[in-house]
Parts: sequence; C-alpha cells; structure tokens
Amino acid sequence: MSNLIIAEHDNASLKAATLNSVTAAQAIGGDIDILVAGNACQAAADQAAQVVGITRVLMADNTAYDHALAENVAPLIAELGANYTHILATATTTAKNILPRAAALLDVQAISDISAIISSDTFERPVYAGSMIATVKSSDAIKVITVRGTAFDAAVNEGGTATIEMILSEHDAGNSSFVGEEVAKSDRPELTAAKTVVSGGRALGSEEQFSMIYQLADHMGAAVGASRAAVDAGYAPNDMQVGQTGKIVAPDLYMAIGISGAIQHLAGMKDSKVIVAINKDEEAPIFSVADYGLVADLFVALPDLEAAL
Amino acid sequence: MKVLVPVKRVVDYNVKVRPKSDGSDADLANLKMSINPFCEIAVEEAVRLKEKGIISEIIAVSVGVQQAQEQLRTALALGADRAILVVTDVAIEPLAIAKCLKAICDKENPQIVLLGKQAIDGDNNQTGQMLGALTGYPQATFASELTLSNDGARVKREVDGGLQTLSLNLPAIVTTDLRLNEPRYASLPNIMKAKRKPLDTITPEELGVDVTPRTSLVNVRLPAERQAGVVVEDVAALVDKLKNEAKVIS
Repeated sequence: MSNLIIAEHDNASLKAATLNSVTAAQAIGGDIDILVAGNACQAAADQAAQVVGITRVLMADNTAYDHALAENVAPLIAELGANYTHILATATTTAKNILPRAAALLDVQAISDISAIISSDTFERPVYAGSMIATVKSSDAIKVITVRGTAFDAAVNEGGTATIEMILSEHDAGNSSFVGEEVAKSDRPELTAAKTVVSGGRALGSEEQFSMIYQLADHMGAAVGASRAAVDAGYAPNDMQVGQTGKIVAPDLYMAIGISGAIQHLAGMKDSKVIVAINKDEEAPIFSVADYGLVADLFVALPDLEAAL
Repeated sequence: MKVLVPVKRVVDYNVKVRPKSDGSDADLANLKMSINPFCEIAVEEAVRLKEKGIISEIIAVSVGVQQAQEQLRTALALGADRAILVVTDVAIEPLAIAKCLKAICDKENPQIVLLGKQAIDGDNNQTGQMLGALTGYPQATFASELTLSNDGARVKREVDGGLQTLSLNLPAIVTTDLRLNEPRYASLPNIMKAKRKPLDTITPEELGVDVTPRTSLVNVRLPAERQAGVVVEDVAALVDKLKNEAKVIS
C-alpha cells in the first residue's frame, strides 16, 4: 500500500487539517507521501517534511498552482496519484473542490468524508446528514478519499525527516482565474480545531446582538460558530456555519446558544465531547443531545455566564 | 445561451431516514421524495438568469429511476423549458451520473451547467467536480453569487476561510451553495403548464455510458446514540457542572 496525501496550505504554512489525513493514512498502512502544490510554497513543504510518518514531500511549485485552482491541481494529482493505492485529503472546502475532479480523471468513484477505516478498501462514512453511518467497499484500484477531520487525531507535526522532491510537471488549463478573496481575519482559534466552540442561533435576533456570542467566546478563548438559520439571516458570516453543509466540529466543549437543533446542525456538532444548550424553548431538539441544558432566556443567561466564568 | 440543470430525486429534507431492519440500506419505502434542495437552488438560479435575458433555454436533467420524472416536472413548473430523464434502476454513483451528464453535454452543448453542490442523501459533493473533469470545463463550486455574461462567469464561492471569487471561461460548471438564492414556489398554472412541456427519456446504454457501481454498500447503521443529559437550574449550576463534573473549564 502507498498513500499520497494532498496538503492543505497557504504556501507559507501547512494547515493543521492536513495532519488528520496523515493519521488516516497510517491506519491504512504503507508509505505516506504528501503533495504540496502551490506558488512559492517552500515554507509549507518544509513544514510538511517535519510531520512524523511522512516519507517524501512532493513539492510542485508553480504559478499555475496558486490558489489551488481545481482545473490545474486536479490533473497534477491524477498524474502523480496514478502511482499510489490511496489518495487522501482532509475534507476542507479546498479538498472537496479538487479531489472529485482528480478522481474522475483517474476514472475512480471517490469516497467522501470517511469517519473510520475498516480495511484498505472498506470505509465508514456518514450519510443522510449523519442520521446513518454507511460502510462502503471500493472496487477501484486507486481509492480517492476525503477524510472527516474530527474523526482522526492530528499527526505529530515536528520531528519528521521526510525528503523534499521537486515536481516540475506543469498543468495550466488556462480556463479559470482567481479574482480575489474576502477572508475573515480573526485572533480566535480556528473553528474546526478549537477546544471550545460557542455557537449562536437565530434566537440572537440580529447581527448586533450576535456580538454577545463573540464576547462570550473571547472571554473563554473559544471559536465562534453559528447555525444555518443565523447565517441565512445575516447575523454571522458563512464560514462560521456548523452543520451538514457547513463545518464539522468536535471540540471538548460545544455551547449551543439559542439554537433549536435542526438535524442538519446536529450533523455538524454531535461528536463534541460535552454539549451545552441554552434555549428558552424546553422542547427544542438540541436538549436531546446536550449533556447540560439550561432552559433560559439567553439575553439574561449570557451576561450571567460571562460573569461566572 | 443554453443552461443544463441536473436535478436529483432524494428523500424530502424534513423526513428522518432509518436503516432497513436487516441493515442492508436506508429504508426509503413510502417516504416523501423531493427535488434535492441544492438542485432546487440551481433551477431557481437558471430561471432568474433567463428572466434577465442572459439564458435562452433551460434544460433540466435527472439520472435515476423512472419516478424521477416527478422531480423533473417540478423543475419544469419552476421554469425549465424541457427535461431529459436518463433512466436506470442501478444505485447510481456520482461518477456514473457525471458520465451520463457528459454525454448530454456533448449533445446539447450548454454554455453553463448549474448543479447543487451535494445531494442530501449520499452527501457526496462530487458530481459537479467530476463533470468538470470529464468535460474539461472549469468549475466554481459552493457558489453564493453568480454573474454570467457571454464573456464568462464570475462566481463568489463559500470557502472555509470566507469568500473567494473566481472568473471562468465558458462553458463552465457552477455548483450552488445555500445562499445563492431563495427558490420560489411553483404556481398552480405553472404546474399545469409543466405537464405539457417536453420530457424525453433515454438510457445510459443509449448514451454509451457504463453505470456499473464501483463501490458496494456493506451495511448502514444508526450512529451511536447520544444520551440526553441533565437540565440544570441556573447559570451557577451550569458553571459548577462544567468545572467539577465535565472538567472542561477551569
């Protein structure tokens, strides 16, 4: 067996999400190489070489691979990946964008968002918004897999001794280009990696009042999440959405504030270690998954909570 | 400009699905089926582009069982001009769907293909990207804003860190995220009119596509049930539990 991991990075650094795929590859077994495709990505490649368990870092440094355009990176993955039994990436929006395209180039049916590895060709994955777990067996010669980050521990990111090899192959489809991005700058922990997440729902009532969530989160050193209802209503930006189609989180402590607990929200947070729900509707489904429920008006409870912590 | 809008027949999003008693698959018997919500957003976007005069024809396509005609009729009632059903009883996978759609693209030459980013049954999030690979068209997944002209598409995408904007040459593939638009309801006159719109049926074999599954479903099961915990009296009791029982805060 041989594994190729597609690194998530921003050229300057390797994103922590990559480390979960390394652990998944270790469970599959065999050598693990990691592809860092980017533009001026030496620093990210150097960090990848430090990850324990990696044999080789394949560094494809080319302007064509800037911003991880799927049209350019997918053919590179298909070319290099043809020499491996498993191609893996953690299921970030970048990986979800690129990996299926690479899989189709290899004529492979990809397997999305695996939560457990049964054997080298059999995997578990949540379906129907996590209301069931499916076990699927692949008959393709190459397995192309995205990995649910919360289901696998992060590999150790220092002390590794991988070699770095330059990949000169250039794929430039020339039919798409990066225009710009609006990236939220925040000092808070990253949502999918935070130990504590404070999430707000529609009951916050407005963008202004949603700031109570930020305040509590900052007080606790927590990341901020939001329900789909809160994002749809414009109280919080899209990158904070936790749920089936947003981010999947599993922190040590998840605080659901004014969130009713629709199934698609539960799909994104029910693997958290401890769940706290604060809601004034005692019938809210969120209480059926919460370890500690407080039936209260959040506008009264939040200031009290902040004062008590 | 022609747009192709693939739609999938799925269990209605309000329905809770459970495994069959033998665990061989999801039990879908007698459940309400609907058009996948993300596909509905794709149909709505196509209709809006047509209303703006940018698109001249909307072709809805579904790959699946004969009953998927119902979802195609819904798409027609929402404003699609005609529909194509690629009919198969195989438990069809995203790669095979993408191959069927590629064959339809070769016949119809759309300038844009609008798809839902994922279906809420399999949660795969693959078909649009795979169609991109097979056609060579550029792709913009997870779209929250689409500006289309004869020169190309400009798409704002929802990504982990925030929003990213891409520019694509045509023909192009765009997959929809939740906030691209809010789909309308079909009016009764439009539902009646949709019954007379053309709906062609074709098979994967006629398209020259092998839809044999590459994966097999070993079983499905319920996830580990989370036990409901306790309801605490007040904030002080909550803080006490978190500190001394759960030990998640200090």
